[in-house]
Order: sequence, then structure tokens, then C-alpha cells
Amino acid sequence: MNRLFDKTFWGLTIGLVGLLALNFFLEEWMRSIGLQSLSRGCVAIGLLILWRTGLVSFGHALFFGFGAYTVAMMQILGVNDLFVLLICGMATAGFLAFFLGFLLRKYRAIFFALLNMAFSMILYGVLAKAEWLGSTDGFGVKQVSFIGMTPADDMYRPLLFVCAAFFAYISAVGAHWYLKSTLGMMTMAVRENEIRVEYLGYSAEKAIHVKYVLSGLLAGVGGVIMAVTVGHVDPDSMVYWPVSGDFVFITILAGTGNVGATFIGALVYELLRTYAFEFAPHLWQLILGGSLLLIIMFLPDGLWSIRSELRNRRELRQAKRDSDNRAAEVRR
Amino acid sequence: MTRVLEVHDLEKNFGGVVAAHNINVAVEIGETIGIIGANGAGKTTFVNMVTGYLKPSSGRIEFMGKNVVGLQPRDVTKLGLCRSFQVPQVFLSESIFDNMMVAYGIAERSGLGLFAPLHTEERAAKVDAQLKRYQIDDYRDMAASALPQGVRKLLDIAMATVRNPKLVMLDEPTSGISVEEKFGLMDIIMQALREEETTVMFIEHDMEIVERFVDRVWAFYQGQVICDATTAEAMKDEKVREFVIGQEYHPAHVEGGVHA
Amino acid sequence: MDFELLLVILVDGLVYSSYLFLVAVGLTVIFGVQKVLNVTHGAFYAFGAYLTAYLIGLWAKGGLPDAGGFFLIFISAAILGVVLGVIIERGLLRFLYDRDEHIAVLATFAAFLVLEDVILLIWGTDPYLAFQPMSLLGSSEIAGLVFDNYSLTMIVLTFVVAFVLWYGLNRTQFGKILLAVIFDREVSMAMGINVTKVFLITFIIGTFLGALGGAYHAPIISVQPGIGVEVIVLAFAVVVIGGMGSIPGALIGAIVVGISRAAAVHLFPEVELFVIYGIMALVLIFRPEGLFAPIKARKI
Repeated sequence: MNRLFDKTFWGLTIGLVGLLALNFFLEEWMRSIGLQSLSRGCVAIGLLILWRTGLVSFGHALFFGFGAYTVAMMQILGVNDLFVLLICGMATAGFLAFFLGFLLRKYRAIFFALLNMAFSMILYGVLAKAEWLGSTDGFGVKQVSFIGMTPADDMYRPLLFVCAAFFAYISAVGAHWYLKSTLGMMTMAVRENEIRVEYLGYSAEKAIHVKYVLSGLLAGVGGVIMAVTVGHVDPDSMVYWPVSGDFVFITILAGTGNVGATFIGALVYELLRTYAFEFAPHLWQLILGGSLLLIIMFLPDGLWSIRSELRNRRELRQAKRDSDNRAAEVRR
Repeated sequence: MTRVLEVHDLEKNFGGVVAAHNINVAVEIGETIGIIGANGAGKTTFVNMVTGYLKPSSGRIEFMGKNVVGLQPRDVTKLGLCRSFQVPQVFLSESIFDNMMVAYGIAERSGLGLFAPLHTEERAAKVDAQLKRYQIDDYRDMAASALPQGVRKLLDIAMATVRNPKLVMLDEPTSGISVEEKFGLMDIIMQALREEETTVMFIEHDMEIVERFVDRVWAFYQGQVICDATTAEAMKDEKVREFVIGQEYHPAHVEGGVHA
Repeated sequence: MDFELLLVILVDGLVYSSYLFLVAVGLTVIFGVQKVLNVTHGAFYAFGAYLTAYLIGLWAKGGLPDAGGFFLIFISAAILGVVLGVIIERGLLRFLYDRDEHIAVLATFAAFLVLEDVILLIWGTDPYLAFQPMSLLGSSEIAGLVFDNYSLTMIVLTFVVAFVLWYGLNRTQFGKILLAVIFDREVSMAMGINVTKVFLITFIIGTFLGALGGAYHAPIISVQPGIGVEVIVLAFAVVVIGGMGSIPGALIGAIVVGISRAAAVHLFPEVELFVIYGIMALVLIFRPEGLFAPIKARKI
């Protein structure tokens, strides 16, 4: 079973412990950045699974928004517990992904990306226009309870952070283990050669469907965390197409090498956004776009590839030293 | 029940083009069948129909007594009818080892079992045994895209046979391989397949290969089987010589009439 | 349904279709040739609108005749076509032709974000108005509804642009070369076609068309931040509906979407915002290649 508890697992676990420890020292604005990173990180893990399958979605704000709006709607119905809300948010996003999956699993490449976008824009149109769904103003999201407990005001956000960190941790570990399973390895197989997958005895479309549902569930988790974190849901910040663009941005930024890197990518994205907005409010899109361009041009495999790049360099240096020594010996 | 495959009145039209017409053939367990014919004669179309990739216009295909018309390739594969490809269909960016791991993973797992980890010691051992059987274990950790053509062909066949199929159809196993290497390659393949007691059917253009490895020949011409006979007979058949082999091929032992 | 409402929907729809066509045609041209879904197209539109509005403002301040506005629209689009086209194609796109198609979309998305802020840097956040060409042409009444004549000229411009593109593609030397490049880039290169040059010229044309869309709209809209974001997804929808890379497709797609939206606005206002994406999804479901998919070379 050691294969399950590998370096990435321990890395994620150490990350979780670190976050929980940090929680005691964080200023509230930092905690907010952390919460939003965890939220977007969850969605980006779902995109990573799709990306490894060779599919990119330009519309995952659809499931993100579904999760987020589920929180608002359930609160209207009187449900207020974070864990119940999480399950509901995952359920609605998951079911939506399950049903759309029957259709989407037939599509590849740019058609897959754009059909997702079309669905997310339909949701956007519905939400923005329907009064009972809050139209463009959306809804406020109240403070939630935690398995019935309502903490003191100064403990609310730290507790929320602990829960979000746990949700993200479970999502990440789950996704990591999934990717190492037979079905998870079919991401690569489907991307590389669907004919071979069929002739090995499995349906490539079914494999894609499973991945699509997982990505929908993860986006639902992200949406729930986000709705509770910012205390508000509205179509423009939850469902409009640039929101989907941001998720893909994070996936690119982090690279698809490792699920842990996705959260680092989400954090970097959030910091870029916050600081760019803080110090150059008119230039934050320029800074964001500029860094994305730099990543695409110079780090095509994302931040994660810096690690292997450094290792390669070290090995090269070592090899060079060895050959120099050998040359020196020969001269002697 | 000694017949692995029975094909009755198989027809296939693409628009106005007849790709298969009145095909009636059968394969006994343990036989080695060679499919010959010029390009466009309908050989690959035949393999595609038998393995579920194409749906025949009409006719029946029975594999182990079960009608397989209308089944998807994955279902046919699960029944124990596997195939390899003219252009190897492998996972190019991955190592040979990972290619085989995925192949075994899919073959051995189904349902919720697919969520179990792919890499296990037991499966790795099976992969290594299969690589050894096909004599490509030296390339174990090399990416499939970097392999020599012959090795990639062997990998393709090694992946196709992870389920120990009852019948395997090889689409031009020696195409793109140099003349010197062809026999060696076929020796490896046939030896590996006989170890598993697999019935083999392969498409081949090289008549020397056909004569060396095949018990019975089906000659395709314009979508029809114009000859279904033992190899020695087929090589002497008038129609086969005219439409398939061409006149320039005169192997000495055919003249002598002795061939094992 | 009464006849007048039908007429209103038709005219309104055609005006909106023209708007959509002018926006989408450049996108489809670039996709057809370069196989890149160019998100910066939204920024070309915004640039076109801003530059035109700005110039018309200056022109009016100088007391020059309002008719000059039309001249400025085309000048702006031409300048932007060359300047932005060269910068984006040479500076960005040419590095992406060999990369994954998703990467190209994302890179142009990034460039789009950058260009959005460049616009803000140049023109600030205040809206610009450039109504002069519109008020010059006056308005006319159709079936009890007032249409400004300027919007109606957009329909004419649409057909002019469509015809010029059709002619250029089917009846000129460059068109033949373009078709060869579309069909098979490698073979065209082997035949001695300078693909680099063809790509650059196509991109300039595409950029010009995007900027022209914005420039021609400038007089009838309030030119303000965010106009590019909305336009680019609309253009995506039109291009997908018509078939990516097809010019007749873009025209048909624009008409389908334009009329449906007008019908929605006048009959079922609550679906207005998503009727376009609804059609886009339906087309993708039943004809994923679009209504007018260009014939693809079989490569097996």
C-alpha cells in the first residue's frame, strides 16, 4: 500500500499541517487570499484531470457557479450548515456534470472547450435575467454553522479556513490517488490514443465521462468554499466566461505535473491579482495577462517544471564535474 | 466446437463502392491464416468488421459461436478477439513499461476495481514477462515515440494480446520493416502467440513470410475471397497468381510441389 | 402574429446580424487560415471603437464636417489592422502555430487581458461618444418603430464586406494561395508558398475586420471599458454556429443569431441573454462542425 502514501501524499499532508499552523498567525486579509486560493485550487484540480486527458474546458464556471448558487439557495430554504451545504453543492454540480457528460463525452478539442463555454453562458443568461434567482445582483450568503456549532465571531473565519483546508486536502489526495488508479491512468491513454483504449476493452467515452463528473464535483467544492468565503454570489463573479478563463489560467500557471502544484498556482494567481489590484488598479489585467504569457512562452509546463528543471541542471553540473575530474585524471 | 470464427455472407458497401462481397470463411482452433491481396482489396475492412470497428451492411460473424455483429471493439476485445494495427496504436509519449501497465490494468480491472492503483508488483511482473516474451525488455523504459519501428510493432502486438485472446488478427505485422528483419520479427511473434495457444490470422504482402508461417491462405480481390486453400495450393492457384501475387514470383519449392 | 411585429423583428434582427457578422468575420478568417481561435479579437474590436470615437471627437472639436466621420472609421480600422496585426502575429502568434490549440487560445486570452489594460492606459475609464455620423444620417420609421439610418447602413456594409471577402478568396491569386494554405500547410510550403507571409497578411486582414466592427459601431454605442469582453463570446457563438473558418457560415450564423435574438427581445424578453448560447449549444449538439463546415482534407 506504500504506493498510495508517496511523496505527493506526504507533501500534501505537510501542506495541510502547515496551513493549520499558519492559521493561528494569519491576518484576516491573508486568510481571505488563502480561502480563495483553496477554492480556485479545487476547481483547477478538476481541470488538471481533464487537461491530462487532452481536454480543456472554457466553461467550468458553470459547475463552480452551480456550487456557489446552491449555497445561496439552500440558505434561503433554511439550510445553513457548511457540511450540508458542501454535500448539496457537490451533488448539484455533480449531477449537472453527470447529465451534461453524456453529451460532452462525445466532443474533443476546441469543440469540447466551446460547448462547455456555451453551457456556462446559458447559465449566466438565466441567472442574470431571472428575478427569483437574484438577477445581476445575486444573493448575499450568511455566516454558516459547522455541524450545528456556531463559533464566536472572532473564531468564525479561522474555523472556516480549517474546514476549507480539509476539503481541499481531501480533494487533492483523492484526485492524486485517482490519477494513479487504472481509470486515472486512462487520462493519458485517452489523450494519446483512443483507438487503443477501445481495443484494450474500455470505452474512451466512458473514461472521459468519469473524469468530467469528477471535475464537476471538484468545481462544486470550489464554488461552495468561494460562496461562503466572499459572502455573496452573483453571475458576473461566479459564472461569466472570464471566471472560467481564470481557472484555466491557474492550471497553466501550475502545470499539470502534480496536484499539489495546483494550489501553489492558485495562491500565486491570487497574490498576483491582489497585489496588482492594490498597487496598479488600472494595470492588474495587464500584469495577469503578462505573467500568463511569460509562463506559456518560457515555462510551458508551468511552475511545477521549475523543480525538474533545477534537478536537471544539478545533474548536468554533476556530470560536468565528473567528466572534468576524469579529464584531469587522464592528464595526470 | 472447433471453429473460432465463422463468417457468413458478409457484405459491406461504402456508398457505391463494394468493400466486401459474399465473404464466407471459417477458422479452426489453432490454425494460422494468412490474408493476402493487393492494396484496396478489402483486407483491413474485413478485419475492421470482424473486430467491430465497422458495421457490415449485412451478414453474420460468429466468434466462438456467438454473433458479434453490432458489438463495439471493446466488447469484441473482451470476448477474446484482439487485433494489432498496420500503424502501431500505442501511447506514444509514455514508456513501453507504462504502455503495458495500462494495457494490463484495463484488461484485469472493471467497475470499481478500476479505482485501485495501477502500479502493483504483481502487474509489473506480468508486464516484464510479456516484454521478455516479445524480446523488447531492453527498451522497457524508453518512450514509445523513440522506438525503432520493429520494436513499436512488437509493442503493439504485445499490448493487443494481454488478455490471452483466443484469436488475434495482425494487420500487416511486417510492413515498414526491412527485409532482413522480417523473418526474425515474425519468429518472435509466432513463438509468443503459440506459447499462449492463440489462433492467428495476419495480413501479409510478402509471400515468403506467408509460405513460412501460414497453414491456410485467403486471397482477397475487390472485396471478395477468391481463394481459400492451403498455402501450397493457393500459391499455384491461377487467379491468385494473376490478381494477387503477380507473375514474377516463382519460388522454387512451389514448382517442386513440396511444402510442409 | 401581426405583420408589423414581424417586420420589426426582421429589421431589428438584420441590424443585429450585421453587427454580429462584422465582429465575427475576422475571427473566422483567422481561424480558417491559422487554426487559432483568437481571443484578442475582442480587443481589436474595442481598439477600433476607441480610436474611432476618439478621432471623431477631435474632428468634431476642430469644427470639421460630420461626414468625415465615415472616413475616420475606415482609417482607424486600417491603422489598427496593420499595427496590432503585425504586433500580435509577429510578436506572439507565430510562436504558437506548432503548439497545442488550447495553448494558442490561452495565449491570445492573456494578450487580450493585456490589451484591455492598454486601452485603459490610453483612453482612461470615461466613456466616449461619437454620435456625429449617426445624427448626420437621420432616422426613418418602419412599422411604427424608429430606426436610425446609420444602423441600416451596417446591413449594406455587411454585404459589401461579405462580397469582397468572397471575391478575394475565390477570384484572386491570393485567394487561391490562401485556399492551398488552408488545405495543407506543409504541402503549400513545399510548393514554394511563403506561408509566413500569407499568415501575416491574413492576420492583418482579420485584425482590420475586427477593428472595423468596433469602429463602425462606435457612433451607436457608448464606448467604455468592457465592450471587448462581451463581443468576443458573441463572436465565438456566431463562428461556432456557422462553422469555424467558414465565411458564408459566419454570415448565416450571424443572421440566425441576429433574428433569433430580435425575436427573443420582442417576444420573450426573459431569454434574451442566453438565446444565442442556447443556439450555439444546439448547433454543437446536432452539427458539431457548424452549419457550414469547411471541407477538411482526410488525413489517414
